[in-house]
Amino acid sequence: MSTIPKPHRVYYFGTCLVDLFFPDAGMAGIELLQSQGLTVVFPQGQSCCGQPAYNSGYRADALKVARAQLDLFPGDDPIVVPSGSCAGMMKKHWPDLFRGEPDEAKAVQVAGRVWELTQFLVHVLDVRLTDQGEPVRVTWHASCHAQREMGVVEEPKALLRQLANVELVELKREKECCGFGGTFAVRHPEISAAMVGDKVADIEDTGAARVVSGDCGCLLNIGGALEAGAKAAHGQHIAQFLKERIHGR
Amino acid sequence: MDGNAPDFAAASRAALADPQLRGNFRRAMDGLMTKRAAQFPDAGEWHGVRALAAAVRLRALSKLPELLETLEENCTRNGITVHWAATTEEANAIALDILHKANAKLVVKGKSMVTEEMHLNAVLEKDGIEVLESDLGEYIVQLDGTMPAHIIMPAIHLNTKQIAHLFKRKIKDAESREDAAYLTDLARRVLRAKFQAADVGMSGVNAAVAETGTLCLIENEGNGRMCTTVPPVHIAFMGLEKVVEKLEDVPPVISLLPRSATGQPITTYVNMISGPRKDGEKDGPREVHLVILDNGRSSIYADPELRDTLRCIRCGACMNHCPVYTKVGGHAYEAPYPGPIGKILVPQIEGLEKRGAMPHACTMCNACVEICPVKIPIVEIMGRLRVEAVKPGGAVKDGGAKASRKESMVWSGWAAMNASPTAYRLATMAMSRLGNAAPSSLPMLKEWTNVRTKPRFAGRTLHDLARAKGIPDV
Repeated sequence: MSTIPKPHRVYYFGTCLVDLFFPDAGMAGIELLQSQGLTVVFPQGQSCCGQPAYNSGYRADALKVARAQLDLFPGDDPIVVPSGSCAGMMKKHWPDLFRGEPDEAKAVQVAGRVWELTQFLVHVLDVRLTDQGEPVRVTWHASCHAQREMGVVEEPKALLRQLANVELVELKREKECCGFGGTFAVRHPEISAAMVGDKVADIEDTGAARVVSGDCGCLLNIGGALEAGAKAAHGQHIAQFLKERIHGR
Repeated sequence: MDGNAPDFAAASRAALADPQLRGNFRRAMDGLMTKRAAQFPDAGEWHGVRALAAAVRLRALSKLPELLETLEENCTRNGITVHWAATTEEANAIALDILHKANAKLVVKGKSMVTEEMHLNAVLEKDGIEVLESDLGEYIVQLDGTMPAHIIMPAIHLNTKQIAHLFKRKIKDAESREDAAYLTDLARRVLRAKFQAADVGMSGVNAAVAETGTLCLIENEGNGRMCTTVPPVHIAFMGLEKVVEKLEDVPPVISLLPRSATGQPITTYVNMISGPRKDGEKDGPREVHLVILDNGRSSIYADPELRDTLRCIRCGACMNHCPVYTKVGGHAYEAPYPGPIGKILVPQIEGLEKRGAMPHACTMCNACVEICPVKIPIVEIMGRLRVEAVKPGGAVKDGGAKASRKESMVWSGWAAMNASPTAYRLATMAMSRLGNAAPSSLPMLKEWTNVRTKPRFAGRTLHDLARAKGIPDV
């Protein structure tokens, strides 16, 4: 994939789910970027990319929310997002959402600067991680939008494979959706339950202690199902997992 | 839920409660995905042939009215009688008229999804005409009194054991043998006799070539060839989008279709039908009719975004790769076209009043988009239909049918909160501090916590942590 020269400064768009449910993962992402010598800017005015309304058919509401983010990222510095889904919304869907609007050009400019976190760590920063942790077996859950909107497939696994004491066992159906789908999980709770049930079974088959993912929607879904089923494995955001590994806890 | 609207949620609950059905689909779809992947070992070849097929379909759609006229001209020149049907009622009336003129008592049919869309079999039976599906899968679902569960593999929801039971019940002198070869042979014997006796044969069309007036039909069992050559009258049915411009447009389509659908390099039979029996020829039907159905397609065509729906070549790969379809199977959709393509096509044909829920039966995972051989932006169209469902007066039939004042207020409240940093900060602060006290019995949380623990608010937001750690704001 095409890349850019390593910048001195990046913006961080934390996403609303990270903000409310996984702030430690959000901070871990910031610290990973800082550890590579970057200045990380977290605009306090940020909220959400607008995806929930966008996917529910309420485009005007999505536009209003997306528009409120546009002025928070002036200049040309990359915008790093610890979520494939929110990054996909910004990069792929904002240009559509703003089509014909007075601020379309600005939205397209911002969208073009969006990177998913692991994509940025691999392609722009070319990070080298040193594992300080105890031996552990993990598996990777690929979010649909990271894979299919952001084209992030191998990057997170490449990062996990840099860790000497981490054994990565891939899922049998790595590419299959976990059943979150935003409002899908509550509009079609039984189908969603069946989907996450299959995902949990796949995770259990790997014998992994942790399922690592880059998207908090999936983690709420899979992690919640693992916990409700009292399974041995638990879910963790990749930013937090990587940070813990390089700090040896 | 309106009186006669199909209830996908209820039907899918029933499907999920059937472990046999779930097992059958999981196994079948896993197998199909693996076989499809094996057909495209070379990513470069896949991208190339896919771009070619998509371009063929796009070019055909870009001059659809003109191509349909050319098709009619050239078919007519070849001796094929062309009929136009604006609605399924008209198409059924045309079919009945041809059958009455032929004094037909027995019809044999090859696979045709358009005739499923028309509910043609029911119409014929009501008229006292015996109609027999001759594709093995279609024959099985017809015997079973159900509808196809998949557009390519109609009986994919059943396993050998279930089919053996069905045949034992329905076919005279059938032995109770769970043996695919025996069962196929049994069906073959029943069908052979009917092919000989049939007054009319019916079929679908995979592609109709405008420049030559040729109808292409691909199939694996030879039943399509029998239906289109043995009976004295052949009636082919197609949706008006199935036309392609040139003969050379056919190979990319018939190369990608079976590879995407069943993971076969090519189908066993490729039929190119260019007219009825000519003077001096010894076989073939004496009459060939082509019924071209609109049924809402011209409205779909009128919208440049929705038009991409019509690129579809009906391979069914989107179903095979859909995690929702894989769980609930085809019948839960209660529609002629299930799965991803059904979720965008059926609401546009039947309207959003009846089918407005269908575009929501999707996690927007994009697995279908990734494998669609003609690059239909299925999920984008899904999103567009979600908009049309709540926006009155749009381009789609019954636009705004699912508009809800309550839902719209929830979203404007959500937007107001997320568009103002102050409101967002207050709201997230409140949620972080108090959200965990929300009881699991609340709407949405109740559905969520059926199989999951409650999402736990972290107490301090990332905004709080970043501020505390002195992360710069600008």
